[in-house]
Amino acid sequence: MSKSKFKETAARVLFAIAAAISILAVALICLFLFVNGLPAMDEIGLTAFLFGTTWKPVSGMYGIFPMIMGSIYVTAGAIIVGVPAGILTAIFLSRFAGKKAASVLRPGVELLAGIPSVVYGFFGLMVIVPFIRTTMPGRGFSLLAAAVLLGIMILPTVITVAKNALDAVPKSYYEGAVALGATHERAVFNVLVPAAFSGIMAGVVLGVGRAIGETMAVVMVAGNQPVIPNSIFDGVRTMTANIVLEMGYAADLHRGALIATGVVLFVFVMLISLLFGAIKKRGEAQ
Amino acid sequence: MTAKLLRALVYAGTVVTVAVLAGLVGYILLNGVPHLEPRLFEWEYTSENVSLMPALVDTLLMAVLALVLAVPVGVGAAIYLVEYARSSSRFVALVRMTTETLQGIPSIIYGLFGLLFFTTVLGWGLSLLSGACTLAIMVLPVVMRTTEEALLAVPGAYKHGGFALGAGRVRTILRCVLPSALPGILGGVLLALGRCVGEVAALLFTAGTVAQIPDFAGEGILALFDSCRTLAVHMYVLASEGLHMDETYATAVVLIVLVVVLNTAANFAAKKLKEEM
Repeated sequence: MSKSKFKETAARVLFAIAAAISILAVALICLFLFVNGLPAMDEIGLTAFLFGTTWKPVSGMYGIFPMIMGSIYVTAGAIIVGVPAGILTAIFLSRFAGKKAASVLRPGVELLAGIPSVVYGFFGLMVIVPFIRTTMPGRGFSLLAAAVLLGIMILPTVITVAKNALDAVPKSYYEGAVALGATHERAVFNVLVPAAFSGIMAGVVLGVGRAIGETMAVVMVAGNQPVIPNSIFDGVRTMTANIVLEMGYAADLHRGALIATGVVLFVFVMLISLLFGAIKKRGEAQ
Repeated sequence: MTAKLLRALVYAGTVVTVAVLAGLVGYILLNGVPHLEPRLFEWEYTSENVSLMPALVDTLLMAVLALVLAVPVGVGAAIYLVEYARSSSRFVALVRMTTETLQGIPSIIYGLFGLLFFTTVLGWGLSLLSGACTLAIMVLPVVMRTTEEALLAVPGAYKHGGFALGAGRVRTILRCVLPSALPGILGGVLLALGRCVGEVAALLFTAGTVAQIPDFAGEGILALFDSCRTLAVHMYVLASEGLHMDETYATAVVLIVLVVVLNTAANFAAKKLKEEM
């Protein structure tokens, strides 16, 4: 009896340790980012670091404001490009598609979600950038290219989450609207979409999280000049790009400044996931 | 009138999605498939023949190693959350919060952490092991969440049956609950595998870009500390060098095929789980 009791306790402890690993991982990640990044922020000066507009490591100038704005611009662009098409496709999949159309489109969306970002980046480099270069001002490597590419990349996220939200609306909502004389389209747009609104917003926020954290695809098409862009045809550098472009050779304060860029990015992502949690909670409360 | 307009709007949005999907996949396949030559699958990578074979083998090694590390932990954690913990405990709340945090962290942050911790503090350098450990943390939440869902889907009767036959808790979990959740867990593992295959940002500064297969035959276990490049990293390097565009297209095709195979297998596993329940 005591032997089996020992076995039970041992198993319980082992499983609990496994569960504790994710706590340990987050603690370690925070520790290493902050321990290596905060001293650099302190040395540069918090205001000079966050709001300085010049990034010139060779002359000891480490202002990441252009990169912060770059990330925000690129993400906003991705929302403008990707969200309308994504939500409309979700509505189609949830309420308009026949069995046949859905059985083709759904695996297609899954495929889009699975394609590695480097493949997206390469597509952007070979198709989107040359197209912008030949038809519009500038060199093609631009805020616009990054926004279009990221808009495509967040499509599957927006579609999947929004579709699940629409599917979860009780049948009686739709039936009630139709019984009152609404057409199928009005019932969907005036009743179902508002009912699923917080779920749809959760999909958008999740897409924002993906867009702001994306690295490789953006690096390949955005031009990466550490300057606040004046137009959508100018090049732009995001926080993620700043890290990946220079981390390979950076040393000392430069290296610290890049890790500190990671800290700022981390804080942004945390804020977004708090927002996501709040929206999800509101949706569940309804 | 508005009804027609709204319907047209929905169709237009869907057409955009379909056009993007077809355009992207079609473009890569059209440009890549003709360049899938046998010489790309030779064992040696040279500057004349940028063979993708070493990168393909490295991808396999890296992904398997990452999963060997992540799957036992992820499954164990999910078992704890579903079968042992009281959902009101503070520990569970903390585990859930940190798992969600891990899920939202961008891969470049994982890369930074791997560089600071595994590569520098632990002194493993740019290596297979540093890369695999970084990926393991990255995919841990994926394995945890899918396993948790699979365990929750197992009917309570299975567990009660185990208890009724006099089996202890561990035995019941391992013999009655876990086997029926296996397809769901497998689906999660395949999803995690897909993420490992496509990852670049987390590997550039942890595993490096050396286009060689770690020499396990010659160096034994020490080959874990060799630098290597996975297929996705290989493609990124080729694309940024810009000298071998045909080969880059071909590599993209191989990557897409890998992802499709993994996705299909994951779907199949999930379907199997549903049928069983």
